[in-house]
Amino acid sequence: MPPAAASPVIEFRDVSYRVSGTQVLSGFILQVQRGETLVLLGRSGSGKTTSLKLVNRLLSPTSGEIFVNGAPNGQADVIQLRRSIGYVIQDVGLFPHFTVERNIGLVPKIEGWPADRISARVQELLQKVGLAADIASRYPHQLSGGQRQRVGVARALAADPEVLLMDEPFGALDPLTRDELQREFLSLQQRLHKTVLFVTHDLREALRLGSRIALMEAGRLVTVLAPAEFLRSQDPLASAYVRALGVGLETVADRGAL
Amino acid sequence: MNVFRFIMQNHGQVLELTLEHLRLVGFSTLFAMLIGIPLGIGIAHRPRFNKPVLASANIIQTIPSLALFGFLLPVPWLGERADRLAVLALTLYALLPIIRNTYTGIRGVDPAVVEAGRGMGLTESQLLFQVELPLAVSMILSGVRVAVVISVGLATIAAAIGAGGLGEFIFRGLAMVDDRVILAGAIPAALLALLADFSVGWLERRLQPR
Repeated sequence: MPPAAASPVIEFRDVSYRVSGTQVLSGFILQVQRGETLVLLGRSGSGKTTSLKLVNRLLSPTSGEIFVNGAPNGQADVIQLRRSIGYVIQDVGLFPHFTVERNIGLVPKIEGWPADRISARVQELLQKVGLAADIASRYPHQLSGGQRQRVGVARALAADPEVLLMDEPFGALDPLTRDELQREFLSLQQRLHKTVLFVTHDLREALRLGSRIALMEAGRLVTVLAPAEFLRSQDPLASAYVRALGVGLETVADRGAL
Repeated sequence: MNVFRFIMQNHGQVLELTLEHLRLVGFSTLFAMLIGIPLGIGIAHRPRFNKPVLASANIIQTIPSLALFGFLLPVPWLGERADRLAVLALTLYALLPIIRNTYTGIRGVDPAVVEAGRGMGLTESQLLFQVELPLAVSMILSGVRVAVVISVGLATIAAAIGAGGLGEFIFRGLAMVDDRVILAGAIPAALLALLADFSVGWLERRLQPR
């Protein structure tokens, strides 16, 4: 964990979010340090995705402020803010009418990079996310789910953002592909040291990828723990998650199969 | 065949009326696209306006065409020239399919794609022109296709108020009780409709996103 003195890259200061009478997030306080992967763990409707969208201002808080790199994000130019933050979602959202190359190169192109620099960058990124170079000319519908999400990650990294927001990026993949992508995420993160805010409902994924895990429930932050602490935690919700983790194996063991 | 002989003998006039017909359809479709596509985009982005807008376009569609031409006759400036009037009426009729298909096309874009685009930092206009419109274009064009085919048919009625076009032959033939004259208007009009249907359809397939 980085030293406490380091200033956080993302900071939620007492953030609440209400929409049509529903309190989605209440009094949320959280700091994400430079270079760490902070995982927001919780069930559906606990406010994880909302927190993420508040960072790149796809949503605006009802009260409180979010600081990105020490400045309140509400005052930043929203387009520049979003371009400086990579965003990966579960449904990937690749542009179906663009080739892989144009998908990855879109923000650089809008930012006015020269064409040769864009295609060099695309090739570099394809390699980084473990894809063959010839995939650049394909269209999204010609790719497998795992390939699509790799392209999604490459696209988010295109303009070399310091911060990545990842909303259950591997949630829709089969377990083996998910395992592959998680492994690659870890090795990528070891080289790139991005500041990552990662949403998942899967404790296994949180333990594997997170440097810290922020547990959320019903719009509130329950606790923030390192993976090892999480497994030992006495917190009732945290231990419920840990118990649920082993259930499948235990059941089979009870039947005498193990 | 009598009809063909009649058309051959009067080919100058057939051509002239066909061009007039095309002009009425062309201008009205153009105006309907200029109004209908932005309106369709607008209601796709602001759904609370979609009911009133689509309902108004629907109501226009239910007015019998002859009545609409008649209603517009006393309008100043417009009423002075029958072709202005005809273009306005045809524009109004062409609006519904164009607005509705633009709305459906834009709404049909995968929300994940729009969210990803917005999250990446595309401006609203970049999102519209680079993502939403290209993905909706074939849907929009299929609305234009319907509008053009309807207009080619309706434009024949514009001759009733003296706006010209192939309807001239049809009304003249009706008055003269002469099938050849009616068909000299009806056949080129039908061919025009088929041609328009085919060419916009071709464009639609060419611009189909993958």
